Amino acid sequence: MADQPTALERFVQGILPENPVYRQLLGMCPTLAVTNGMKPAMTMACSVAFVLLCANIVTSLIRGLLKPHLRIVVFTLTIATFVTIADRVLAAYLYQMSKTLGPYIPLIIVNCLIICRCEVCASKQNVFTAASDAVGQSIGFGLALASIAMVRELLGTGGLFGIAILPTAWPDWVIMVLPPGAFITLGLLLGCVNWLEMRRS
Amino acid sequence: MDDTTSEKRERFQNNNLLQAWLVLTLAFIFGISLAGVQAALGPKIEANKIKETMEKVPEVVLGLEAAQKLSESGEALNIQSRIIEVDKKDKKKFYTVYEARFQDNALAGWVAKAGGQGYADKIELLVGIDAQAENITGLFILDQKETPGLGNKISDTAWRNQFVDKPATSPLVVVKDKSQGPSNIDAISGATISSVAVCGIINQTVSDIGPTLTSTKKE
Repeated sequence: MADQPTALERFVQGILPENPVYRQLLGMCPTLAVTNGMKPAMTMACSVAFVLLCANIVTSLIRGLLKPHLRIVVFTLTIATFVTIADRVLAAYLYQMSKTLGPYIPLIIVNCLIICRCEVCASKQNVFTAASDAVGQSIGFGLALASIAMVRELLGTGGLFGIAILPTAWPDWVIMVLPPGAFITLGLLLGCVNWLEMRRS
Repeated sequence: MDDTTSEKRERFQNNNLLQAWLVLTLAFIFGISLAGVQAALGPKIEANKIKETMEKVPEVVLGLEAAQKLSESGEALNIQSRIIEVDKKDKKKFYTVYEARFQDNALAGWVAKAGGQGYADKIELLVGIDAQAENITGLFILDQKETPGLGNKISDTAWRNQFVDKPATSPLVVVKDKSQGPSNIDAISGATISSVAVCGIINQTVSDIGPTLTSTKKE
């Protein structure tokens, strides 16, 4: 276990150095699909955080019992359970938001980010490390979604969280809240991150 | 003797079901907890759906202003739901219809819940019909996944208001040249398919349940 990162390292790595979206390019489906506004993006980030934290903790607790060839089944089972709970809770308490997000909440089950963290960290390290890894990765994922959603909502509708910010003279770039806007924004931001990385080294 | 015992043990250990004990146990535990979650939240989710529909019924029957005035005066419409069954050639179709009555039991109108294929996905809507079953009193879109910025304008109040006071006895016609006519609905530019879909759902619904409503009225 000497070569495994500590809990603190796991936590810090998730936020920027190993950011799930910008550095690992994981979880692209929600990144592209629900970032047309800050509200859906933040709800998605919270749901992913909840599922990731619970899945990491459960996986870490049963890591001694896992068999190599059955581990993916166990991960998927665990993730699917918590996603279903998140989906039901949203439908019960945030009905409108759950209608907006539609199929993307159930699709968290196949979000590679969560399986990746179960595989890389939770199935090998103790509960505390797994939990701090989950929190770090979730913050990183949340920041990434926020950065994309901010650009898209601001340019596409002239506001943030549904509140108008830019002057009304701003011609809403509708394409930014449509699917192509997601690809354009993600591509440009990813390019920026890589460019900054190159300049730093 | 030893050989067969160890062979047996090996076969026992390689048994698929035995290997999967963890998966089976977890599936069982998770299944029970999900059933618990569903039992706790299911009624609330159903209530959310019904509440949304019920809140919209007065607005669709009376129009937004009249509905607000009514709720300010502390009165509320009595809403009762019923299922209207329509015989088609090969199958039966069911419509949920809400009957809205004033406090003095005078009929305010009906609201029918209907759905159909839109451009991107199913569109679900509420259409209001007046007490005489002659005019459309309003339209509300419950659920749609049309293109943002184009097709999702079917939810806009301005577009939906076109449907108010249109005849329920003849089919609506979608036009692109803003020409006026008793049954004309101006299409959303860039979203003709969504506009036609909404009008199609309404025409279908009104022609399906119209006869039943007319006969109810006479009773």
